[in-house]
Amino acid sequence: MYSQALNERVEGPRVVEDPEKLAAFQARIDAEERIEPNDWMPEAYRRTLIRQISQHAHSEVVGMLPEGNWITRAPSLRRKAALLAKVQDEGGHGLYLYAAAETLGVSREELYEQLLAGKAKYSSIFNYPTLTWADIGCIGWLVDGAAIMNQIPLCRTSYGPYARAMIRICKEESFHQRQGYEIMLALCRGTPEQKAMAQDALNRWWWPSLMMFGPPDSESQHTAESMRWKIKRFTNDELRQKFVDATVPQGHYLGLTFPDPDLRFDEATGHWRFGKIDWEEFKRVLAGHGPCNRERLAARREAHQEGAWVREAALAHAAKRRARERAHKIAAE
Amino acid sequence: MAEQPMPLWEVFIRSRTGLAHRHVGSVHAADAEMALQAARDTYTRRGEGLSIWVVPSAVITASDPQDKDALFEPTASKIYRHPSFYRIPEEVGHM
Repeated sequence: MYSQALNERVEGPRVVEDPEKLAAFQARIDAEERIEPNDWMPEAYRRTLIRQISQHAHSEVVGMLPEGNWITRAPSLRRKAALLAKVQDEGGHGLYLYAAAETLGVSREELYEQLLAGKAKYSSIFNYPTLTWADIGCIGWLVDGAAIMNQIPLCRTSYGPYARAMIRICKEESFHQRQGYEIMLALCRGTPEQKAMAQDALNRWWWPSLMMFGPPDSESQHTAESMRWKIKRFTNDELRQKFVDATVPQGHYLGLTFPDPDLRFDEATGHWRFGKIDWEEFKRVLAGHGPCNRERLAARREAHQEGAWVREAALAHAAKRRARERAHKIAAE
Repeated sequence: MAEQPMPLWEVFIRSRTGLAHRHVGSVHAADAEMALQAARDTYTRRGEGLSIWVVPSAVITASDPQDKDALFEPTASKIYRHPSFYRIPEEVGHM
């Protein structure tokens, strides 16, 4: 999901690969061998991974913002502690992922620069506002639910450092979804106003959550290559269907309805069929014109700039200590 | 002015006593002390460890994957390094 822009063309000079090396590489992938940082890999594989992993990392980091909005207003200490832990996890997930991307020969500074300059993408979902406390419930239940659906197959992705980062992330992510659903449950069992708040949040988050899986397979240009290289193991539409099938009964258990008049259970296939997704909205949000795109980037830029003196001071302090230690050593000799 | 890059550190964690430290990932930090702090926050939020090592990535010397055959293939032919190479009569018992 965090790799929505995977469907765009990878920029960079065209590299003509040695067919023999390419065949040997594909054979390793087909044999389910993991590719490790210093192994030979086609340039397009490296670029696709850098883009996908960095987008994923940016999504984790930007994803802290909509939820951070509610930390000071959580309704109880229990909810506040859980939300803080969740947001901290997301910061950690961003760091695992930047570290995995760096093994491909790109620096975290460069990647971060791309995000702050507005050149790199992150998941469209984080450009929607969190208007009520129920939105925090919906983010955990739906957004993290969709993330898990997408991330579990990534634990077996062909690039070793990415797969290992995903294993750690998936282990931590399941609490995120459960805490979100628990918030929804509490609201739905509460007063009529609380239940209405939960319904309103579901109405706003449902379609953007379905968009998280990216464009339909028919429009996804690079799915085939990513599947052949086992970066991706399921297509966007397959994962979206899995998510809908898992989530609709959970919503019904809450006593909520979905904002889709075409939603119906197909007895023959055992799948929940859903209506048409507004792909124009998706494109708009991804292109920078969602409700919160500017606000999110401005917040990241501010955090980065405000922290610059801390990074600078830490490096200067480390350099001073090293110099002092050297001087002591020379004096002692 | 372009920012100075933060040094990279490799992180190793001992999950239980009796086990070796194991590589878990990396962090960026200005010095060793801050690297330890960052490693704690990044890799041990759920009781994953009892001890952390941080090592500047720049000081690690790694073998080249292209030398894999030259380095490791010779051991494949030395089957006499394994106990199953030697025939001992059953009556002798476990050895």
